[in-house]
Amino acid sequence: MTAHAAAATTDHHYTATGLPSWKVGFWTFIASECLFFGTLISTYMVYKRSSVQGPFPHEILNIPLTSVSTFVLLMSSLAMVLALDGVTRGSRRLSILWLSVVIVFGSIFLGFQAYEFIHFVGEGLTIQRNIFGSSFFVLTGFHGAHVTGGVIWMVTLLILAIRGKLPPERALAVEIAGLYWHFVDIVWIVIFTLIYLIQ
Amino acid sequence: MTTVDHKRIGVMYFVTSLFFLFVGGLEALIIRAQLWRPEQALISAELYNQLFTMHGTTMVFMVAMPMAVAFFNYVVPLQIGARDVAFPRLNALSYWIYLCGSLFMNVGWFFGAAPNVGWTGYANLSSLRFSPGLNTDFWVVGLSILGISSILGGVNFITTIVNLRAPGMKLMRMPLFTWMTLITSFVLITAMPVIAVALVLLAFDRFFGANFFVTSAGGDPILWQHLFWIFGHPEVYVLILPSFGMISDVIPAFSRKPLFGYPVMVYAGVLIGFIGWGVWSHHMFSSGLGPIADSFFVASTMIIAIPTGVKIFNWLATMWGGVLRFNTAMLFAIGMLAVFTVGGLSGIMHASAPVDLQQHDTYFVVAHLHYVIVGGAMMGLFSGFYFWFPKVTGRMPNEGLGQLHFWLAMIGLNLTFFPMHMSGMYGMPRRTWTYAEALNVEIYNQLSTVGGVLFGISVVVWVLVMLRSARTGAPAGANPWNSPTLEWSIPSPPLHYNFPQLPRVRTREPLWHDGERESVQAASMAEVTVEPEMPSNSFWPLVVAAGITLTWGLVMTGLWWAPLLGLVPTAVGIFAWAFEDPFPASAHS
Amino acid sequence: MAEASPRYGPPPPRGKKEHEEPAHASVGFYWMIGIILAIMTGMEVAIFYIPALAGALVPLLLVLSAGKFLLVVMFFMHLRFDSKVFTALFLAGLSLAIFMVSWLIVLYYYLPLFTV
Repeated sequence: MTAHAAAATTDHHYTATGLPSWKVGFWTFIASECLFFGTLISTYMVYKRSSVQGPFPHEILNIPLTSVSTFVLLMSSLAMVLALDGVTRGSRRLSILWLSVVIVFGSIFLGFQAYEFIHFVGEGLTIQRNIFGSSFFVLTGFHGAHVTGGVIWMVTLLILAIRGKLPPERALAVEIAGLYWHFVDIVWIVIFTLIYLIQ
Repeated sequence: MTTVDHKRIGVMYFVTSLFFLFVGGLEALIIRAQLWRPEQALISAELYNQLFTMHGTTMVFMVAMPMAVAFFNYVVPLQIGARDVAFPRLNALSYWIYLCGSLFMNVGWFFGAAPNVGWTGYANLSSLRFSPGLNTDFWVVGLSILGISSILGGVNFITTIVNLRAPGMKLMRMPLFTWMTLITSFVLITAMPVIAVALVLLAFDRFFGANFFVTSAGGDPILWQHLFWIFGHPEVYVLILPSFGMISDVIPAFSRKPLFGYPVMVYAGVLIGFIGWGVWSHHMFSSGLGPIADSFFVASTMIIAIPTGVKIFNWLATMWGGVLRFNTAMLFAIGMLAVFTVGGLSGIMHASAPVDLQQHDTYFVVAHLHYVIVGGAMMGLFSGFYFWFPKVTGRMPNEGLGQLHFWLAMIGLNLTFFPMHMSGMYGMPRRTWTYAEALNVEIYNQLSTVGGVLFGISVVVWVLVMLRSARTGAPAGANPWNSPTLEWSIPSPPLHYNFPQLPRVRTREPLWHDGERESVQAASMAEVTVEPEMPSNSFWPLVVAAGITLTWGLVMTGLWWAPLLGLVPTAVGIFAWAFEDPFPASAHS
Repeated sequence: MAEASPRYGPPPPRGKKEHEEPAHASVGFYWMIGIILAIMTGMEVAIFYIPALAGALVPLLLVLSAGKFLLVVMFFMHLRFDSKVFTALFLAGLSLAIFMVSWLIVLYYYLPLFTV
């Protein structure tokens, strides 16, 4: 009885579902973030035609440019799954390679965003200018902030990988980072469609 | 300061919320003093605005919600047979953010600039143009901070309940309090982001010149109302569902009968949480949405009364034919049923849009909301307090003082809030610092003020109960109430690690079934040679909480780069936390 | 039970039921999804610029972007092959978000058309 008790007591990996708590918790967080971005998107949609003065969306949004950045972000998601695959397989080389690609592509996306923001301000579109400016910058700004956080997260993982501290046993950490990254990507898919393509 | 133990954190939540109960109560009593006579000027109109704003904000966000969270924290892991929540440090973070945010909100008092736009902060009263002072800044920033605490807590509890149930505890075997905690957590994580965004929009308007609620730029103040109430209505279910859960455990224990219609109670709770998302514009019937929108919300609001009513009948049916014990916990539970029902009736009246047009912004609504929040949520919390007090302290609550508390509270709350139905019907507007003598509602106001004082005294009695019982209460064993659920199988108070061995559960009432009772108790009281390893303390949650508060607080400077400074300690805290090993003692490959 | 930091030795012991290992997609499969996503993005941009399709612009774009969304969620985020618990959690949030966005659009754009 005592031996049995002793064995059971030190087991702190027990779960009721067989699923890692981190993953359950993170998907719950993602559900919450759906509401966060959903509200920002609702605000944008409600105010789509409300600006009293320009610049207006059709005058200033650059579809070709943003299509490229959208493509880049999508491909970074591909790199992310490949990075996870690399870590799961224990390939230090592949993990480093693909994590770097995620970081580079994410940074390119952010670069495009920064360029777009600066360009728009130059054209006279600011948060203060009109409602389009307010809702556009707040929505895409929060998205960009999420991407930035993601890039920092990825850099941390990359450093771990380079130091050989990302073995297959820690694949869950990369998987969770991946969930975050993909989520930020799908939010962008929605934003790109609703803001840029459907005007 | 560094604890990550859910039991300690639960007590911390409770003590802090008790403190703010006195703060919010004091605010209420000053309001009631001012309303003693018509056209009285005991205090200024400006102070009055601050008082009712902070009373509402304090009671909702710093008292009712955290007090329920105190119970979630202490009780849920024990009810499901777990040693702690899924993310103990995140749990600590939620508490510290709550404390920091609450203190931040109240800092405004020291500047003579406490929030003053009502707890609902309607645009564009809350815009820079009409509220240029610091008051609304404190409100926007403080509430944003508090929201984070709730969302993180919600994630934690959902994960805990989904993933850390003891072997054999299927979802439909969980105690109802745990079920309601699960539903409440879902409502929290889905509703709080909405107000977070609304506050972001208002913050951008106020600090960075955005146009979200600036009408001349095309902004629509009604959008604020939508976003606020899309949060606000689910929020009231967040307030009441925990209490529903508590009495669902109390009533069976003191009727010596299992809960009547357990599955229906679960489904009704889920339905309430879900439909609660579709009723928000019943707070906006006078905002000119039009008959089609109004009709939809009338219908959805009336529909949500059905699962609520079902629950009430089930509680009654549980008591029917049972062996009833009328101790304090049970008295409060029954009292809650009665008073909440009254509140529900006034609520159904509000559900009709044309009727609501007369009642909106009058004291009739104040009556309704206090009947359901004080009479409903708070009475449930009192019931839960007396029920679980022995488990937390190892001592029995003082029955004599407890009954005094109950009767004072019941009489006090009814005396305070029932007359408000009358003054409301006679047209006394809410949120106004005084009223005309010609309205003839002085008598009702005086009754309310007397009632308010009585209720205040009852809260003092409550504190006396805590102090007296903790010192001289009779020692309570593991199961002084002969209750059926898992938390009653372990010692009172529990050991640091709760369960020496994880019990295996086969029914909903493990301790009421022969055979199962013995095996559960054997596991819960097993001798251990090696104590289970629990996560070590950490002070990073406190650092991150302080960092978040600093970041948000720096927004008030209006400088876009200032919050980034606050991100530095926050990031340091997060990184240190991520690389900290909570189990340094054990060898891990 | 505290699992306070990611620690991934052998899979944790479960409750009573057994469960199968989630199917693991191959690297090639992921590349294929990636290429499909790229193509769909290209199609979206093309539709935007082809005047003949202007009438069907909105539905087509919504369908295509929904498709991309689903591909990323089901395969990159692995929902298709993972436990239904995750799908349930995600859908809980997503469905409420969709409800809110749709209902606000209806309230602001379509209901005013019916003002009596």
